Amino acid sequence: MHRRGVGAGAIAKKKLAEAKYKERGNVLAEDQIAQMSKQLETFKTHLEEFASKHKQEIRKSSQFRVQFQEMCATIGVDPLASGKGFWSEMLGVGDFYYELGVQIIEVCLALKHRNGGLITLDELHHRVLKGRGKFAQDVSQDDLVRAIKKLKAMGNGFGMIPVGGSYLVQSVPAELNMDHTVVLQLAEKKGYVTVSEIRDSLKWERERACHVLDHLLKEGLAWLDSQATGEPQYWLPALFSELLSRDVTPEEANQMTP
Amino acid sequence: MNETLVIQQRGVRLYDGDDKAKLDVGVVLLSTHRLLWRDQKNHECCICIPLSQVIFFEEQAAGIGKSAKIVIHLHPVPENKEPGPYQHSKYSYIKLSFKEHGQIEFYRRLTEEMTQKRWENTPVSQPIPTGIGPKAGRTRAVGIVGIERKLEEKRKETDKNISEAFEDLSKLMEKAKEMVELSKSIANKIKDKQGDITEDETIRFKSYLLSMGIANPVTRETHGSGTQYHIQLAKQLGDMLQAPLEERGGMMALTEVYCLVNRARGMELLSPEDLVNACKMFESLKLPLRLRVFDSGVMVVQLQSHSEEEMIASALDNVSDKGSLTAEEFAKLLGLSVLLAKERLLLAEKMGHLCRDDSVEGYKNIRYSSDLMSYDRVNKS
Repeated sequence: MHRRGVGAGAIAKKKLAEAKYKERGNVLAEDQIAQMSKQLETFKTHLEEFASKHKQEIRKSSQFRVQFQEMCATIGVDPLASGKGFWSEMLGVGDFYYELGVQIIEVCLALKHRNGGLITLDELHHRVLKGRGKFAQDVSQDDLVRAIKKLKAMGNGFGMIPVGGSYLVQSVPAELNMDHTVVLQLAEKKGYVTVSEIRDSLKWERERACHVLDHLLKEGLAWLDSQATGEPQYWLPALFSELLSRDVTPEEANQMTP
Repeated sequence: MNETLVIQQRGVRLYDGDDKAKLDVGVVLLSTHRLLWRDQKNHECCICIPLSQVIFFEEQAAGIGKSAKIVIHLHPVPENKEPGPYQHSKYSYIKLSFKEHGQIEFYRRLTEEMTQKRWENTPVSQPIPTGIGPKAGRTRAVGIVGIERKLEEKRKETDKNISEAFEDLSKLMEKAKEMVELSKSIANKIKDKQGDITEDETIRFKSYLLSMGIANPVTRETHGSGTQYHIQLAKQLGDMLQAPLEERGGMMALTEVYCLVNRARGMELLSPEDLVNACKMFESLKLPLRLRVFDSGVMVVQLQSHSEEEMIASALDNVSDKGSLTAEEFAKLLGLSVLLAKERLLLAEKMGHLCRDDSVEGYKNIRYSSDLMSYDRVNKS
């Protein structure tokens, strides 16, 4: 009966195996881990040096941030994975994006009752900048996009839908498939869409168009103006921000059936 | 003092009052003494306004299809105005439309210059056209050239700084790449069991990966990446979230938690992944909180004392009580967010205790009722 691993015989066997392994020029994993520890210290020093010279650049220049992020992605490093990472601690990239994440969530939450959880990237950008105040550093749309990508880790349906050359940012877990997306894109020009327009442009049957519009209504992403001249209009609050940045008047409220 | 360039911004269209000027898109420059605008295509066409002519200025927010603008109100045209692209204007103000953004910084600098009024200290060495109205005359070539030269120098300086930074960045990335290669090699060896790794060494390895921002290729434990950092974090969260959770019906969306925690920290913020990984450890650390993922993908932190049965029972109670409820109404009743109220109703529906009544057209909020009979009635009609 053998007992594995214990005893002088087992230890000797292990040492022999290790020696043979090393003989073949292969390095053991545990040795490499020790090596990594040393290299990490060296790297940390280089990063500190870089930070002392260029930390400002990262904070001031969105162009530099883009470059930085792309290079990290190329080598397989995510500088925003953890607040405990070197990049975050020494370059301050982390705090910049994580704080932006907070601001994005807050803006989306504040406007959700108006737009159902869908907002254009432009409007989001504008409102985030406004919230940061006149003397805060500038934030680009690329910065927002990266921050949003990180927010996805927390569930809650953060996503981006390409529409009209830019994006709609979704902050609720509403299921939006290709049909919904296409209708949103169609509505982008005027901020609203009708069943006829969908049928004409997309060549869908009435039922399909209604099904999609119904879903958007239920999710609170669209509002129905049944008193519009002609046929009912389905308005997307996310797409007519200028209108909504004013307070909704009682008359308007009556016009639009939520 | 000598006139110096403060800031410039390209992609700016000039408006004569509210009319789009016959001028196109150009570059706007702000010096300590003047505001200048130069057509991007036709460099000969240039407009300059001494800052002393500015009465006041304001921002105009962007809108759909409209860029942000700065409106600048000016003193009336004096008699001896120099000739320029505009001799007369019915407006007393101009607008700068920032088609490529940059208005925030420009506005800030303009405010600074208008506050400091540095032009008042100028010696009369370089005659500035005095009679300037809503539209100024063509500026002296000398002035512009002088500013242009400084512009060029500044750009070279900035370029130099940036290129040095990029050079250093490239070198840094080379070294980072070595670390990535090394970690891949280690990960492969661990997988192939080439060597005897202790528990301790595994933990250390994971923390190295965390520091470098390298994804953990080795394991996919459900309790998260398991580093010391996350363990500590989980415990901190366990303490910190008790009260807020109690106040909110025992449940909070993870994004809410993220904002709460990071606002409290102020700096050294948590990344979204840090938060998720820490929450994943609640169960194994036997803390009284749980991370939960709903079918919709919504992630919440909930007090362990609030079990699933309790949530469903409460949903059922409240709905039966009122006959039917929407998510919004339910949210108000319990003091929950609408999102989480909806999740609970969906859960109860999934378990067959509630049903939807979405016969009403255009409803933003689906109504739930415990009357399972009405479900059949509604759907069969």
